[in-house]
Amino acid sequence: MIRDRPATRERRWRSPGERPPSSPALLVALVLACLSLMTLDQAGDGSPLEPARRVAGEVLGPVEVATATVVRPFTAVPDWFRSRGSMHDDLIALQAENSRLRSDLATQGYDRNRLEEYDGLTAAARSLGYSLVPARVVGLGSSQSFSSTVTIDAGTDAGLQPDLTVINNDGLVGRVLRVTRSTATVLLIVDADSVVGGRVGESMEVGFLHGRGVIGDQGRLDLELVDQRAVPAKHDAVVTWGSEAGGPYVSGIPVGRVTTVYSSLRETSQRAVIDPFVDFGALDLVGVVVPSGTASDRAVIESDGSLR
Amino acid sequence: MNALRAAVAAAAVAVALVLQVSVFPHLAWDGIVPNLCLLVVVGAALTQGTSFAMVLGFGAGVALDLAPPADHVAGRWALALVLVAYVAGRVRQGARPSVGAVVATVAASSFVGTSVFALSGLVLDDPALGIPELLEVIGVALLWDLLLTPLVLPAVMAVFRRIEPDRAIA
Repeated sequence: MIRDRPATRERRWRSPGERPPSSPALLVALVLACLSLMTLDQAGDGSPLEPARRVAGEVLGPVEVATATVVRPFTAVPDWFRSRGSMHDDLIALQAENSRLRSDLATQGYDRNRLEEYDGLTAAARSLGYSLVPARVVGLGSSQSFSSTVTIDAGTDAGLQPDLTVINNDGLVGRVLRVTRSTATVLLIVDADSVVGGRVGESMEVGFLHGRGVIGDQGRLDLELVDQRAVPAKHDAVVTWGSEAGGPYVSGIPVGRVTTVYSSLRETSQRAVIDPFVDFGALDLVGVVVPSGTASDRAVIESDGSLR
Repeated sequence: MNALRAAVAAAAVAVALVLQVSVFPHLAWDGIVPNLCLLVVVGAALTQGTSFAMVLGFGAGVALDLAPPADHVAGRWALALVLVAYVAGRVRQGARPSVGAVVATVAASSFVGTSVFALSGLVLDDPALGIPELLEVIGVALLWDLLLTPLVLPAVMAVFRRIEPDRAIA
């Protein structure tokens, strides 16, 4: 009661029911602070907020990794009920094999064309000369933020750096945007800001794949071909086209399949809608493509399939 | 008392942020998760007043803008949550808010928060998404936030009341 007395006395000074002053000045100041943050960050890559992002990543990244590790057994519970022990293992093995066969099939046309055209076996071998750093997805950006990004639990310690290709056993997932010591942020190819060089495997036509910013079942990519007369066929597989030194995307990774083609009169070009092979709503284990021989804090899958 | 209040608020925001990023995506509908940080800010606005909640909203927004998977222009969530705190603080009456008032506040706040974020994106040309998609996301996010309200807000408001019973209007 004694403790309460100053408060009641203080309250008496105000007329009853009056709100404590909520200063409009504070609101204005905070809104201006937000606007200046946006202005500073608009610069893009050279943004002065990049160090702050890095610090936030260094602090919150390990927490996300730990939380995801704690939660993982619980998210696996429904699976466990659905199919027990060996059945489950069989299922995973079959799924993996299915994915592998499907990606073989998807890249078959591309591979054949490449061999027929000009690449020698040496070039094919060199394109295989990459290793994979396995990583798990530990955080997903919410759709309310309208950007499709995920956090994975591998960082500079695992040999990662920005602009590396991220895949899973179905196909292309995205590329590494920025890294901290123990985590990395990955831009998914379905993000509205993502542009991937794509090649239709059957015809070798090149084009650009733009994300639509929608994750889940409606997650689609738009393919715009450079050659305006080329018309991709339905069910054609699209693979990455790749760039010099394998960054940001290495070549020949399956991306998706053509579902619809339509021509836009205004832009006088053909556009195709691509259904990605990867299920972005259920991402878990991914691999980051690193140059062969990269030093890492975990087992690296070498290009010949062995673990190192 | 002020330092304690700030520490508790920061801890609440950190927990909300990590849950939102690492746990709720497993339950997400098309990637849309409940905005726990927004609920914490609303809870603060209903118990601690507009000024404190606006500062907290700014902090929580900056955290959302910078924490790992985020890749949008920083300051967008901060702006959204500052305005949310302002709106929620307006709703607060002299008396302890009724259940209906809390639910209405959360609904209004969720709508304002997601909309402001989406609109800032349209202005900055950050996401380049269509209006129908934006409206769908805003709607689903609103439902999620309402669904989580009975689980989160009573706890958040109880914690804020306990650390400073004098200031909270009981």
